[in-house]
Amino acid sequence: MQKSLVIYPDKCTGCLQCELACSYQAEGVFNPAKSRIKVFNFHDQGRFVPYTCTQCDEAWCLHACPVDAITVDMTNGAKVVSDDVCVGCKVCTIACPFGTVNYNQATGKVIKCDLCGGDPECVKACPTDAIAYMDADLTGLEKMRAWAAKTDAALQAGA
Amino acid sequence: MKYVIAGAGPAGVIAAETLRKADPKGTIVLIGDEPEAPYSRMAIPYVLSGGIGEDGTRLRKTPGHFKNLSIHVLRDRVAKVLPKKRQVILAGGAKTPFDRLLIATGSRPVKPPVPGLNLTGVHHCWTLADARNIAELAQPGADVVLMGAGFIGCIILESLLARGVNLTVIEMEDRMVPRMMNETAGNMLKSWCQKKGVAVKTKTRVTGVKKSNAGGLTVHLNKGRPVNAALIVVATGVKSNTGFLKGGSVRMQDGGVAVDDHLQSSIDGIYAAGDVACGPDFSGGWAVHAIQPTAAEHGRIAAINMAGGDARYQGSLIMNVLDTAGLISASFGNWPGVNGGDIAETVDKGHFRYTRLAFEDDRLIGALTLGLTEHVGVIRGLIQSRISLGPWKKKLIANPSSVMEAYVALSPAAA
Ligand SMILES: Cc1cc2nc3c(=O)[nH]c(=O)nc-3n(C[C@H](O)[C@H](O)[C@H](O)COP(=O)(O)OP(=O)(O)OC[C@H]3O[C@@H](n4cnc5c(N)ncnc54)[C@H](O)[C@@H]3O)c2cc1C
Repeated sequence: MQKSLVIYPDKCTGCLQCELACSYQAEGVFNPAKSRIKVFNFHDQGRFVPYTCTQCDEAWCLHACPVDAITVDMTNGAKVVSDDVCVGCKVCTIACPFGTVNYNQATGKVIKCDLCGGDPECVKACPTDAIAYMDADLTGLEKMRAWAAKTDAALQAGA
Repeated sequence: MKYVIAGAGPAGVIAAETLRKADPKGTIVLIGDEPEAPYSRMAIPYVLSGGIGEDGTRLRKTPGHFKNLSIHVLRDRVAKVLPKKRQVILAGGAKTPFDRLLIATGSRPVKPPVPGLNLTGVHHCWTLADARNIAELAQPGADVVLMGAGFIGCIILESLLARGVNLTVIEMEDRMVPRMMNETAGNMLKSWCQKKGVAVKTKTRVTGVKKSNAGGLTVHLNKGRPVNAALIVVATGVKSNTGFLKGGSVRMQDGGVAVDDHLQSSIDGIYAAGDVACGPDFSGGWAVHAIQPTAAEHGRIAAINMAGGDARYQGSLIMNVLDTAGLISASFGNWPGVNGGDIAETVDKGHFRYTRLAFEDDRLIGALTLGLTEHVGVIRGLIQSRISLGPWKKKLIANPSSVMEAYVALSPAAA
């Protein structure tokens, strides 16, 4: 089943609990700079928008990888980076049009959301239910998909 | 249906896999002339820097991958294509028929006309065989000269440094990566390298290479003293591999195989993909884009069309990311800009940070960045979705570094 994180920006208070939980789960430190989910603060509108990988079907990162280091977790559709295989070339970081693959200079590998193996810490940490984990077809993912399609290198006809 | 693919690099391999998905019953023959299992050139620098072994460069790592997909991998060289007879002739003279042919033969490095570049100790850095030769000579403390500080040269530079050699870089142009970076960024890269102990000589040409008395090589320059070298790495440009099409009817453009927006060549049923193809450029016109993402996209789209689908390619966006001894730079699309288009720039030479954005009307069409690793991909997103920036254009001109904020605000994520 394809699952994904659904974000309701209107519920976000900007507390950054998701970033802390993510960085702790992924890197063992409470450091928002190491989080795979990022909360953007639009000061002038008084709004916060959490943002992370939608595990898109196009999987730009996976297709651009020259060494097959990004694979699909068949249980939930997550695109997962294998640290053992990643050479740190960063091509996925420029290929992902959503900007959700980042290079970690400390490890020499790239990092992205992997849905925590099916039990996302950000969802559990969010005190206002601004992040939910659901079946992809029930989510607002469709609008994100439509947006992604605009970026698609090929028109989808026949694809 | 019988599909033949000439070239087993990323474009050929992705095409073969896509063909298998689209046509479960077709016969697929993937012909590559290198002795190793299909691998990625891009990973060679990481073999040299010791991050991975040769196995780590393989395009597919699961044992039996190609066999399981019934893709016949043939180690041979395509010597000629007979379009009318629908046959390719292999190096040994054998003939292989095809219904659809994909030319995915990539490109090869070229040497400039400088005397002495045929001497022992002079190598390209293009194949695994080259990597072995370089590894043998690039020992800690060895004098190494890198000819050419283009994109490929700079990637190799990083791995040579990791091997602890004493490095001199010679570049004809006035800066590093002249086709990927403007004067500001290219020169910031140069001073970064100099800070790291690399001798970088720009606006300098190699005039000749000779054997030195000490048994190594001497590199003569058009100015300044000659430089000693145990190894010379030549990275002065590449050319598409089209020799086997010579004298045939396949139309060429800019040194590559001309293809339409379905990646079909001038001959029905013959397609081209990757470094060898001159295809639609997202920024307008047609171009050979010798980069990995283009090879992957070409391979996929060509295969969909070869199998009878109808996928129109919107064009490849030229983009590169480079790590030069820890300084990360990226370039996207039409960064020089267009007539009448606005440019936004912010530069902090002390901290080696730079951003340049090029606009056409209120759309982003190109960018350069130095020192940016977070969310850099949204630059591609903004360019390739051709989104109207609206009020964000003004904000980006005031603060070019806020591309991610612009993207998030404009995308449905913020809705
Ligand atoms: C050192 C290095 C670093 C690089 N770094 C980057 C990077 O960071 N980012 C990036 O985007 N790109 C990078 N590139 C470029 C990238 O590797 C190429 O764009 C990509 O490999 C192109 O894929 P391709 O399948 O078109 O061609 P290739 O990978 O060249 O594969 C073509 C294959 O076809 C074979 N062949 C040629 N002629 C014949 C014939 N007649 N018959 C049979 N087989 C034939 C070739 O030997 C080769 O094996 C790098 C390249 C090098 C060398």
